[in-house]
Amino acid sequence: MKNFLRFLSEIVQYPSAIVGVTIITLMIAIGVYAMVSIPYDEAVRLWRGGEDVWYQNPRNAAPSWFNYFTPKKLPETILITSFEEENPVLRKELAEKTILPREAGGDEIILTYTFEYDYDEFPKDLIIYFRSRYNEKLPFVAVRWYTPDEREIRVADMSIQARQTYRIVQDQRLVRRLRGLSPEIGLFADPESETPVPLKGTYKMVIEGLTFEQASNIDAEFVLHGQLHGWAGTDHLRRDLTVALLWGIPIALAFGLVASLGTGVATMIIAAIGVWFGGWVDDLIQRITEINLVLPFLSILIMVGTFYSRSIWVILGFTILLSIFTGAIKSYRAIFMQVRESTYIEAARAYGASDGRIIFRYLIPRIIPLLIPGLVIGIPAFVFLEAALAFLGLGDPVLPTWGKIINDAQFNGALYNGFYYWIVQPAVLLMLTGLAFSSLGFALDRIFNPRLRGM
Amino acid sequence: MALNELNTAAPAVQAGDTLLSVDDLHVWFELKRWGFGHAGYVRAVDGVSFKLRYGESTAVVGESGCGKSSLMKTILGINIPTKGDIVFQGQHLSKMNRRELKWYRSQVGYVQQDPYGALAPFMNVERILEEPLIIHGVSSKTERMERIYKVMEEVKMTPADDFLHKFPHMLSGGQQQRIVIARAMILEPKLLVADEPVSMLDASVRVEILRLLRNLQEKHNLAVIYITHDLSTVRYFSERIFVMYAGKLVESSRIEPLVQQPRHPYTQALLEATSDPDANNALTFRELPPGEPPSLVNPPEGCRFHPRCSQIIKGLCEVEVPPNFEPAPEHLAACWLYK
Repeated sequence: MKNFLRFLSEIVQYPSAIVGVTIITLMIAIGVYAMVSIPYDEAVRLWRGGEDVWYQNPRNAAPSWFNYFTPKKLPETILITSFEEENPVLRKELAEKTILPREAGGDEIILTYTFEYDYDEFPKDLIIYFRSRYNEKLPFVAVRWYTPDEREIRVADMSIQARQTYRIVQDQRLVRRLRGLSPEIGLFADPESETPVPLKGTYKMVIEGLTFEQASNIDAEFVLHGQLHGWAGTDHLRRDLTVALLWGIPIALAFGLVASLGTGVATMIIAAIGVWFGGWVDDLIQRITEINLVLPFLSILIMVGTFYSRSIWVILGFTILLSIFTGAIKSYRAIFMQVRESTYIEAARAYGASDGRIIFRYLIPRIIPLLIPGLVIGIPAFVFLEAALAFLGLGDPVLPTWGKIINDAQFNGALYNGFYYWIVQPAVLLMLTGLAFSSLGFALDRIFNPRLRGM
Repeated sequence: MALNELNTAAPAVQAGDTLLSVDDLHVWFELKRWGFGHAGYVRAVDGVSFKLRYGESTAVVGESGCGKSSLMKTILGINIPTKGDIVFQGQHLSKMNRRELKWYRSQVGYVQQDPYGALAPFMNVERILEEPLIIHGVSSKTERMERIYKVMEEVKMTPADDFLHKFPHMLSGGQQQRIVIARAMILEPKLLVADEPVSMLDASVRVEILRLLRNLQEKHNLAVIYITHDLSTVRYFSERIFVMYAGKLVESSRIEPLVQQPRHPYTQALLEATSDPDANNALTFRELPPGEPPSLVNPPEGCRFHPRCSQIIKGLCEVEVPPNFEPAPEHLAACWLYK
C-alpha cells in the first residue's frame, strides 16, 4: 500500500501520465456505461438489425453537434407517437390522443402532433406509420397540416389497414395541391419568400380518424427525418453510430489489454524457460522465433480471417500466438542471460530451489519493472491491429467495432459523399486510445527504467 | 591485533570422522566449435582429492582461474563432475536421488564473495531468509519466523525487527554479508563453503565477519571450506590449507608449517607476493614467477608449473606429472624436488 502511494506520488509528476490516466479512466467509465445500458445481446441485435429496428432514423445523417459549427441550423429528427410502448434507443414525444364515441358505433379518434421547427433547412423525409385495429371495416383518416402562420393544408384522406406506412413526401396528389413543390418543402416553406425558406414556429399535424366498429383503434407515429441525427449520426443502413462508437470502447480496450498482457507475459515466461534450461529448449525457442519473424504477420491473420473464422476471439488467439515469438523474446532473452549469472541465483541453486521456483520467483520478478511500460505501450498497437483487420473486412461479423465503422464508411464512399463524421469519429477515438496509453507508457518507462540501471 | 586474537583462539586439528571426501575429482567443460562440433575441454578441476573432517576449517588458495571456484561449485552440487566423486557422510553425491540431493543441499551452506549480488534485490530480508526454509519444507510460518529470529541473533543483526523488512540495498556491505551468512546458516548445515567472504568488504568489517564465521564454526562444529586468493586472511582463520594451481592441488599442509616453510615453488612465489603492511617492503623488489597461468585447455606436460618454475629439473619436470611427496609429516607437495 505504501509502495503504491509512493508510486502514485511519483506518477503525478508526469503531466503526460495524468493525461493518459484521465483519458483511460474516462474510456473505461464510458465503456462500462455502454455495457450496462446496452447489454451485449441488445448491442448485437441493434447492430445486426435492418429497417425493422432503425426505420425511425434517417440514412447518412450527420451528428447533431454539426449545428455548433454551421451558421445555418440543420433540422434534427423529430419523432412523435401515440404508441405507448418503450423504445430504448430514441427519445420521443407522445402525441395527444382524444377519443370521442360516435352514436353510429365506433369512435372518432383525434391525434394531435405539435412540434417546434426552428431550423434553416428542410427535413429529409416525413413519414406516418399507422397501426389500427378493426374487424371488417377499414378505419378512415383525414390528415391536416397547420403551419405557424395558421394556414391549413389538406394532406391526405384515406382508409388504413392494420399496418400502413404513409410516406408524405411521395404523395403525388399532395405535390399537386402544393403547386408542384415536394411536400417536405411545400409543407414548411414560407409563402412570402421568393426562394423556399422554412417558416419557423410551431407546427401542428392533426389526424382525424373514424372507426366503424366496437373496440377499434387507431394509432400513428409521425417521423420527421432531419439532416442531423443523435450524438454520432447514422450510417447507410440508418443505424445509429452511437451504438458502435460506445460498444467499440470495451471491445477495443479488452482486445488491446488481453492481447498485450497475454503476449507480454507469455513471451517473458517462454524466454525465461529457454534461458534457464538452455540447450535444445533454448535452441528450439530461438529457431521458432527466427522463423516466425520472417513470416508476414498481417497476411497470416488475413488468411485466418478469410478461411477459418472471423470471430474476434479466434483472431485474438492467433494474434497472441503470433506475437509471442517475436523480437521481444530476443530482448528478454538477452536480459535473462545476464540475470541468470547473478550470484543470488547461484545461491538459490545451492540451497536447493527447484527450476520452476528459480524461473518464477528469481528470474522473472527481476525484469517485471521492464515489462510494465512495454505492456502499456503495447495496448494501442493491438487496438490498431483489430481496427486494421476490421477495416480490411475481417472484423468480427457480429460485434460493432470502430474498425467496422471505418470499413463501412470506406465501402460506401463516405469521404466522396462528404460524410466526414462517419470516419472522423472512430478515427479520433482510435487516436485518443493510442495517445492515452502511449503517454502513460512513456511516463511509466521513465519511472521504472532508472531502477534497471543497477542490473 | 584483532586478527591475532582469532589465531590464538583456533583449536588444534582433531582426529575425527570424515565429513566430506573428494576423490580424484575432474570437472571438465566442453568447448564447442560452431555450436555443435567438439573442440576440446577446459580442465577446470583435474584430479583433486582431499578429505575434510567434522568441524575442520580448510582454506583453498590459488590465483584467479586456477579452478578453485569450479571446485567449490562442484562441492555445492551446481557443477556436475566429469570424473571422480564427492562423498558426504558416506553417501556418494553422484548416486543421490532428487530427495537426497535436496537434503545434501540443506547440509551445505554457501557464503558468497559479493554480498549485494548474492541477495535478490526484490526480496526483503525476511523473504530472503524464508526462502531456504520454504524450499526445505518448513511449512509453519511461526516456526519459520522463530528460526529467522534465531539466526538473526546468531549473526548479530539485532533487533531483528529493524532489519526484516529492509531490502538489500538499504543495508551496509557488512550487514549484507551477515544476511548472506544467516541465509547459509538457517538450515543448520554441517559444512560451510565460503567463497572469498571478506574480499569485497572494508578492512574494518573484515575482522568482524571473520570473527563471526569463527564463532559460528566453533558453536556449531562446522566444517568450513574457505576459498581465497588472499593468504593474509587465511593464516588467521583456517587450520589446513590447500594450494591449487591449474586445476590441481600442488601443496597441502597445516597452516603454520606452510607459512613458515613453503615447499612447492609456486607456494613460495605466492607467499612472496602476499602484501605485508611493512614500511621496509616499499623498496624491496619481489621476485614473481615469470609468465602467465597456463591454459586449462592444453595444460603443459608434466608438472603444470614447470614453464614458470625457477627450480626446474630438466628432463623430469616437463615430462612426468609429479606425485604427492611428503617432505614433512602431514605436509604434501606435488613437486619433484622432494623425490
